Amino acid sequence: MEIPYTVEARPDTGLYNGKLGIWLFLASEVMLFGALFSTYVLLRTGDPNWVTEPMSVPLATLNTMILITSSVTVVLSWASLRLRDFAKFRLYFALTFLLAAGFMVVKAIEYSTEFSHGLYPWTNNYMAVYFTLTGLHGLHVLGGMVVIAYLIGPGAKMWKSEPARFTNRIETTGLYWHFVDLVWIFLFPSLYLL
Amino acid sequence: MSPIEQHPDEAPDLTEEAHEQGHAADEHHHEESFIRKWIFSVDHKVIGIQYGITGLLFLLFGFTLMVIMRWQLAHPGAPVPFIGGLLGQANAPGGIVLPEFYNQLGAMHGTIMVFLGVVPLAVGAFGNYVVPLQIGAPDMAFPRLNMMSYWVYFIGGVVMLTSFFVPGGAANSGWTSYPPLSTVVATQGQTWWLIGMVCLITSSLLGSVNFITTIFQLRAKGMTWMRLPVFVWTQLVTAFLLLLAFPPLEAAGIFQLMDRVAGTSFFSPAGLVVDGRIIEIAGGGTALLWQHLFWFLAHPEVYVLVLPAMGIVAEVIANNTRKPLWGYRSIVFSAVFIGFMSFVVWAHHMFLTGMGTVMNAFFQTTTMIISIPSVIILTALLMSLWGASIRFNTPMLFALAFLPMFGIGGLTGLPLGLSPADIHLHDTYYVIGHFHYVVAPGTIFALFAGIYYWFPKVTGRRLNETLGKIHFFFSLIFINGVFGPMFLQGLAGVSRRLWDGGTTYSHAQGVLHWNAFMSYSAFLLFAAQLPFIFNFFWSIFKGVRVGANPWQATTLEWVATTSPPLGHGNFATVPVVYHGPYEYSVPGRGDDFLPQNVAAQEG
Repeated sequence: MEIPYTVEARPDTGLYNGKLGIWLFLASEVMLFGALFSTYVLLRTGDPNWVTEPMSVPLATLNTMILITSSVTVVLSWASLRLRDFAKFRLYFALTFLLAAGFMVVKAIEYSTEFSHGLYPWTNNYMAVYFTLTGLHGLHVLGGMVVIAYLIGPGAKMWKSEPARFTNRIETTGLYWHFVDLVWIFLFPSLYLL
Repeated sequence: MSPIEQHPDEAPDLTEEAHEQGHAADEHHHEESFIRKWIFSVDHKVIGIQYGITGLLFLLFGFTLMVIMRWQLAHPGAPVPFIGGLLGQANAPGGIVLPEFYNQLGAMHGTIMVFLGVVPLAVGAFGNYVVPLQIGAPDMAFPRLNMMSYWVYFIGGVVMLTSFFVPGGAANSGWTSYPPLSTVVATQGQTWWLIGMVCLITSSLLGSVNFITTIFQLRAKGMTWMRLPVFVWTQLVTAFLLLLAFPPLEAAGIFQLMDRVAGTSFFSPAGLVVDGRIIEIAGGGTALLWQHLFWFLAHPEVYVLVLPAMGIVAEVIANNTRKPLWGYRSIVFSAVFIGFMSFVVWAHHMFLTGMGTVMNAFFQTTTMIISIPSVIILTALLMSLWGASIRFNTPMLFALAFLPMFGIGGLTGLPLGLSPADIHLHDTYYVIGHFHYVVAPGTIFALFAGIYYWFPKVTGRRLNETLGKIHFFFSLIFINGVFGPMFLQGLAGVSRRLWDGGTTYSHAQGVLHWNAFMSYSAFLLFAAQLPFIFNFFWSIFKGVRVGANPWQATTLEWVATTSPPLGHGNFATVPVVYHGPYEYSVPGRGDDFLPQNVAAQEG
């Protein structure tokens, strides 16, 4: 017996398994980052001697642009698959990967600048929050890159055998990617602008 | 009166032959290597068995740690007999347990019992094995994720065990790991503990995504929400608790890891003095934050421990009273309500931290509210016994014992939930007695009920009843001998983490004699598990062979497939469900049970 609803949606839930699964996973991610952000708020409001360090707003703005663009390309890659245009899918998906890599490079530049200015996680709690939150977000970007690389490489074989299922995989990857993007949209103002 | 027609044709083919054929067909399609079939399996049944065996071994290990502690409490400073030499010179020179080692034992006993023993058994083993079968699903929704979940749990377990052998030994700051004790004072073992916890949390997250998706998506035709067995409902609520309550602890674990490894001060204020010198850290953190994040998980965790147990007890009681559960809907709605409420009671563990009377009043109120649905469930289960001709087999005995034992655990929790009474009782042996009544003779007895009940499902053989009853009665007597006197000690004010059991405290002198009594009860309780261990292995090979449905049950795992179930896919044909889970003693029927997949038609 095959596992049902791996491709088509179950009528009463309107979802295929993978889509429900990724939404549940994202719900737990919301709780994770919710706790991380709450900690930041609590520490910052609770400490009368709180200090913030000047961060590079231009670099962070660039990174925001990069991630928002990657959210667009990931949607376009899914839309291309829905139109059965595999070549275009590959182009947009590869672009998404490159944008993610670009984000990580900018992040690495930021980190090394901070280290060179003598700013480390143990310097103060602002830096501790900064490195922990952006570090975890960076790990999420890295995780997304691994998945994208797999789906554009060896995982792409599924397009030949089960195109509908492959399209679903791109959709769930896209949902995850939007979440990673969204976390950054919260990180950017709360760490760089406030 | 509605005469009900029996449909022998619709009853599934439950013969041994069908089972053999199923296997033969399976092997024909794809021959699986031993590794693929038993080690890196994606079959929910095999993964359930893996979880079960691992969980039971960890339970035994965690119990052994406690036996060593109880020896020390009964005879402070006397060398541990038999195994004293094995504990290591750094931990127990000459077999005498050092205070530092005692702390390790305490922290690891709690961690291992909760995160590596009971939850993996209740959710990983029973949930994995039984839920897909009960809802008529061929497997879990994400089989490979399921396998990964087990292996990440396994790695977490290995990390925890390894931590005993690192310099300074395992974590020794209690299972709650409160900073700054756990960040500034603790040894390297604490770092291992945190890494292990991150693994266990990740495993739980993967598992809970899988459970919820499976229950939402893979219910068989006709298996509506109000036809789900109570066990499936409790697993669903449990999965939501794991999904949403664990991530904050993961965040907290990462922060504590940063504090320990990267020198941050999330949980440390500036000017912290340890051993007479100021710790050199940036400061600005707060130790209370850890407690909030920790208990935000750890209180829902209590319901993660209790809800599946209630589910198992409900199944066993319905089956052995031979009548429908009293108040099925009340039980279901109460379980869901417990799920919601369990997110807003956590700070009742923190009444004494000085967070203020307003906070205390709020959390004391929510705590009183959450006791109501628990009482409803317990009452419904108790009422289900009324007027039944009960079959007193071993699973039923354990299930029946769950009711008063969990009742004691729950009722003794009320004084702890009221902040004025908690001032006196906080951190005493009373607390230990309270939560052990909930988890040990409560949840673990329910797990035993589950093992005796579903053993024939897994192996096709029944556990020996005589040995089972010996196991039950001695366990029941001795477990009360262990935990009952703790209430007396706690009311007298004996603190819970004392290496010498209170010998040096004048207020403890009046209740000190209970220490030996409790310890010897614990040793005898250990001995009472030997018949079970023997029975378990003996019955796998030599137990009485049974048919597919030895308990004459109604739910799908018994009536729609063989025992043990067919390999891949579980069912020969997809079951269709016609009515609720507990149609026992339906008037007008020849036998006293109506399987869920057999239509009761108007004649």
